[in-house]
Amino acid sequence: MVTMSHTPAFPYLTVLVLLPAGGALVVAAMMKAPKWALSAVAMVTSLATLALSVVVLVLLHSRNGRFQFVSNHVWVASLGVHWYVGVDGISIFLVLLATVLFPIVLASGIGRRLDARAFAAWMLLLEAACIGSFVSLDLILFFLFFELTLVPAYFIIAGWGYARRAYAALKFFIYTFLGSVFLLVGILAVAFIHQHQHPGSGLTFALPALEHTHFSSVDGILLFLAFTAAFAVKAPLFPFHTWSPDAYTEAPTGGSMILAAVLAKLGTYGILRFDLNLFPEASKTMAPWILTIAVIGILYGAIVACAQRDLKRIVTYSSMAQIGFIALGTFAFTTQGLTGGVLLMVNHGLIVAALFLLIGWIHERRKTWQVTELRGLQAPAPVLAAVFTVVTMASIGLPGLNGFVSEFLVLSGTFLTHRWWAVVATGGVVIAAIYLLWAYQQVFHGKTDRANEKTRDLSWAERAAIAPLIVLIVFLGVYPKPVLDRITPAVNRLVDRVELVTHTKQPLVARSGPAVVKDTAADGGTGPSPRGSR
Amino acid sequence: MPLFALVGFLVLLAFGRRIGDPVAGWIGTLAIAGSFVAACITFAGLSHLPSGAREFTQTYFTWISVGGLHVNAAILIDPLSMTMAMFVTGVSMLIHLYSIGYMKKDRDYSKFFVYLNLFVFSMLILVLANNLLLTFVGWEGVGVCSYWLVSFWFERDSAASAGKKAFIYNRVGDVGFLLAMFLVFSKVGTLNYLSVFANRHVLAGGTATAVMLLLFLAATGKSAQIPLFNWLPDAMEGPTPVSALIHAATMVTAGVYLLCRMNEVLALTPDAMWVIAIVGGVTAFVAATIASAQQDIKKVLAFSTVSQIGYMVLAVGSGAYIAAIFLMVCHAFYKGLLFLGAGSVIHGLEDEQDLKRMGRLRKWLPWTYATFLVAWLSIAGVPPFSGFWSKGDVLTNVYAKSPALWALGVVTAVLTGYYMSRLFFLAFYGKDRWKDPVPGGAAHHSPHESPWVMRLPLVILAVFSALAGAFDLPWVHHYDFASWLAPVFAHSLYLDHEGTVAQWVLATIDAVMAFVGIGVAWHLWKSKVNRPELERKFLINVWYWDDFYDTVIGRPSQSLARFCAGVVDARVIDGAVNGAASLVRATGSQARRLQSGYVRNYALGIAFGTAAIVVFVLSRTWW
Repeated sequence: MVTMSHTPAFPYLTVLVLLPAGGALVVAAMMKAPKWALSAVAMVTSLATLALSVVVLVLLHSRNGRFQFVSNHVWVASLGVHWYVGVDGISIFLVLLATVLFPIVLASGIGRRLDARAFAAWMLLLEAACIGSFVSLDLILFFLFFELTLVPAYFIIAGWGYARRAYAALKFFIYTFLGSVFLLVGILAVAFIHQHQHPGSGLTFALPALEHTHFSSVDGILLFLAFTAAFAVKAPLFPFHTWSPDAYTEAPTGGSMILAAVLAKLGTYGILRFDLNLFPEASKTMAPWILTIAVIGILYGAIVACAQRDLKRIVTYSSMAQIGFIALGTFAFTTQGLTGGVLLMVNHGLIVAALFLLIGWIHERRKTWQVTELRGLQAPAPVLAAVFTVVTMASIGLPGLNGFVSEFLVLSGTFLTHRWWAVVATGGVVIAAIYLLWAYQQVFHGKTDRANEKTRDLSWAERAAIAPLIVLIVFLGVYPKPVLDRITPAVNRLVDRVELVTHTKQPLVARSGPAVVKDTAADGGTGPSPRGSR
Repeated sequence: MPLFALVGFLVLLAFGRRIGDPVAGWIGTLAIAGSFVAACITFAGLSHLPSGAREFTQTYFTWISVGGLHVNAAILIDPLSMTMAMFVTGVSMLIHLYSIGYMKKDRDYSKFFVYLNLFVFSMLILVLANNLLLTFVGWEGVGVCSYWLVSFWFERDSAASAGKKAFIYNRVGDVGFLLAMFLVFSKVGTLNYLSVFANRHVLAGGTATAVMLLLFLAATGKSAQIPLFNWLPDAMEGPTPVSALIHAATMVTAGVYLLCRMNEVLALTPDAMWVIAIVGGVTAFVAATIASAQQDIKKVLAFSTVSQIGYMVLAVGSGAYIAAIFLMVCHAFYKGLLFLGAGSVIHGLEDEQDLKRMGRLRKWLPWTYATFLVAWLSIAGVPPFSGFWSKGDVLTNVYAKSPALWALGVVTAVLTGYYMSRLFFLAFYGKDRWKDPVPGGAAHHSPHESPWVMRLPLVILAVFSALAGAFDLPWVHHYDFASWLAPVFAHSLYLDHEGTVAQWVLATIDAVMAFVGIGVAWHLWKSKVNRPELERKFLINVWYWDDFYDTVIGRPSQSLARFCAGVVDARVIDGAVNGAASLVRATGSQARRLQSGYVRNYALGIAFGTAAIVVFVLSRTWW
């Protein structure tokens, strides 16, 4: 059902992908250039990318759930591979998440690096690969970008990480690569089956075409599992998460931010875009299982986070619980659940990036992440404490900040179709408060001891770097309407498609609200009746 | 109306540290005064309308709109919300004024007012919201302000822990609030109060019971009722104005407000009403027993607050919403006054909170003494002070619902008179015990009376504590509380039809009980300081509630967390992953002899392997 519309004269998306990639090449070629020149080129490139993505957002037709800004060019004719890109109300915000975060990572990361040239080049290449993954409508093209993210991510962890960086980088690479093998096999199988069913059309990997492939229920489930394996590892969903504590902890600050905020979303986005579009029936059949895994992940991640004594690991496991919420909303198959899931991808990205950035700054000052060695930082560093508490509250899901809106949508959407999963998942909300407030108390409250009393507060440069994230965290909490208005039409198209194929319907209130209730009341002939008092 | 508070918050957030002591405090107070004036104007405008037309919705913007879920940032102005807004802004304004003096010289002086203004803003959102979700925004907003303010003196570990405890207990209640909203939305398709009420027939039966019990769970968290009450005494770690504002007058009554707001749904479910009434009555009694044995002046007042809110909850459970709101308003005056008076004592004695180290303060703190006297007589229920009328109103209604609960309420009333008098006599009568040197410390200096910014709020609150009963005298039926609020509760209001004689008898019993409690306390505590037989460990340790939770929930979940992190995650799941990797490596090293080591051979192997899987999958389709 994915159809194209509104082909623009200017190839926005192609430029959006090539701009950071070109920037990476330029930076890599600047052999003898001074650090400031490198920084300038990298920053200008990433800011230009950000500006361009904002232009795309502004030009996007908000009420239109279809793919827009579509470019489709034959790339490898003999294999049927196309350079086929487009965005809809879902992917545009993931692109924006990437384009907002990369300049912050570069701004806060380059200056202090030993080999700034390589760091900046790898980061820009990673940005190109991430954006490419989010806009690809050709499965092979998606797979290439999806795999391409591994290379810069590997070198960033291995090159600029902490003590156990080699182990962490290798584990990350092998684990996610293994998942990708299943994805490749799955993609090939889908394309071949499609070619067999539509003999005239030739081999194609275009998502809109492949959606018209029919699978027997067993094949559908097998292919669903093959795709999901890759995405579940990348996200990571329980129980495929054990690479993440090592990778997130050992990666440099910028690496952790991008890994958790953007790369993880490749997994959840992949599930939403490819699993649900290609295998609606299998997705629906497997929904109770994935929902169960998601709920286990929410509770398990939160419980394990309670036992951690390392700030980065606490955030890692809390992040895993949030990914569980995304999966929960996705497989609820309601407008609220899916919209909340997409919004949560964005919100979680902003929050987790801010948390890793702040923790990185604490590490720069104190050379430790162990909460037992930190104490009373609020006295010497009140601004750091204030920013940290706001981000913590956003992560806990305080209304008025962004996390709450998505969490509420996910849970209320899930409650409509899978009540008991939603009930158990809501319990995770309590545990999140326990470990995050505990960590905050350990680090910032109490009487400052000798080791911590000289901790420097945030500099103006650092305040400027985190300010955009705080502004977005507050803005999306108070006024998420512009974002929701664009996500919802795209989500509704997806829900419609799933419902059409599987002959199911989401509860009426999800689409129509109270209007439905009044109708049923009229049908039943029981209008609002005055209540007798006792 | 809330805008003034928001502006105050933003101004102080941006410039507070530069403005500093005391101008920041005055800005904060002025902002709240602005809110109060706006509330008064709205109130006056509303009261000029005919009683049926006093209901407005004002929409500011669409907050969340996804599919069928549509939530506006909108306020509902009706007699109930305006009553709440009036007393919230009024009491807040006085407590802001008081804080200017109390927080003087504090390092984070301006930050205190930042939090306080944000608190008032959130509280106004809570009471004015026109839908459940926006109420929840205010609900959480006041919760987080309470967290920040309780742990305001964060260098004290006990304060930091108390703030965290308050937040987490409330979080447990919040689960109830969230689930109730999910349930309402799934049945009615909206969270707007008025639309939900219009469609309430959809909820009739078990759903209404579930919704109200879930909301009641939230209320027990916020309003410190059994089983979630024991965060409130710990919350006394916050500065005393915070205890007065948040943990006595305003925030803790939010649970009662929520139940009153949902009265149209509550009326559908007698079962939930019974649960609410019983929990309220039992909490009132249990907390009163604990208050009788506490030694810390603020702890006595904290348990007294729990007990008084128990009365309000009991009233709600009996369908006596107006009595509940009436008690809430009167309680805000006299309990706010008691806390501010206690703050004045603590201030005068340089941070002494132990009742046993006070005594004969009436000679030293005349203003505090006189105003405290009024509050004491009021809460004890001595006629004609406000507590007599409001508590009497509650008990009369409860009598009609269940004489057994009424009896429990009367026993609690005796206890109330007793523990408040014990506090009063220990603090203001007897000997100057603060002169005695503490073991290992020096004696206190002579207590000093507080500055005028602290005395003025005491006097104003004392006037209201004494006279607030006049808002709702049983024999007046014009311009009174009951006829003002009646439209809100029109469908569900329980109107007691006790005869005049019965009312007189009940009122007389109330008054007698108040004097019994005071008389007993006078006899026991007027000259003696230590009576271990009356201060049992069981009561001092709050019926061992904390220890019970710690044993049953706290420790096991810590073990579970350590087990999950240390064994399940590190050994089982990651062990399986690393085990698989080692297996591959071991197999690989065996197989290496067979391999040539050339890349092209590996590529070939991968290609064959991939092809095999593809063929397998395709075979299922083709044949």
